[in-house]
Amino acid sequence: MSQAFPGPHGAPVAGHVPVLRLGEVLLVTLQGDLHDSTAQQLQDDLAETIVHSGATGVIIDISGVEIVDSFLGRVLAEIAGQTDLLAARTVVVGMRPAVAITLVELGLTLPGVHTALSTEVAMELLTGQAPSSRFGGLRQERL
Amino acid sequence: MHTAAGSQARLPIRSDMDLVWVRQHVRQSAAQLGFGLVDQTKLVTAASELARNTLVYGGGGTMETEPLTEGATHGLRLTFSDEGPGIPDLEQALSDGFTSGEGLGMGLGGARRLVHEFSIDSSPGAGTTVRVTSWVGRPPRPREEA
Repeated sequence: MSQAFPGPHGAPVAGHVPVLRLGEVLLVTLQGDLHDSTAQQLQDDLAETIVHSGATGVIIDISGVEIVDSFLGRVLAEIAGQTDLLAARTVVVGMRPAVAITLVELGLTLPGVHTALSTEVAMELLTGQAPSSRFGGLRQERL
Repeated sequence: MHTAAGSQARLPIRSDMDLVWVRQHVRQSAAQLGFGLVDQTKLVTAASELARNTLVYGGGGTMETEPLTEGATHGLRLTFSDEGPGIPDLEQALSDGFTSGEGLGMGLGGARRLVHEFSIDSSPGAGTTVRVTSWVGRPPRPREEA
């Protein structure tokens, strides 16, 4: 029941989502309820950051996102598409089961969007290496 | 006017900030009525789709929430109203724009699958009213197409 109420991250967030760089990979963590404009801004920011940094991968962690509607779904799909065109790959990480069930029923299966259950696995997918200990701090197990 | 289990509310839908409040209000109401996590998520997602239509196609409007009681079962009814241009072809709007490439891409077909009851009233020039209702613990509506 506690998940049902706006938590510390439940308040509306406007503005920029931080984009962290870890070697060749950009890491974005989405939390709580996003404004449409914030999601749109992220899409623009990521394109710029990929070009400037030469990153080859993007990980978007949505484990803190309670709902993905068609707007946010489309933004994720477009980020994956534009990342491809910029010679990088996007992996969406940590989708909640309730979100996955709802997206399928909504008719949005996000073809072209790679997913992984954890940031570690995503990192492995993108870098082709088993995660080394220096990435140990990235683990975000949510139980 | 007066219903059991909570109170009615009317929220404005004028900006994407309001979409955030609509989602939070629906989630909170659904949780209070006893909806499970998956059903909350479905209802909030449907509300988000419909509120965005009200904003984008209807030029803004309102959402009314109404808790319902039928026997021992609780439900939540959401009514989205705008005074926008209306929808000329309802059938086309309800066909599934996301999966079939037809329809108007408004996500009405998708939102309809996420709730138990769905009705829409619209005509050109007269605005649009969409009303959806979901009930706690009731199985999902039967699939209309495979």
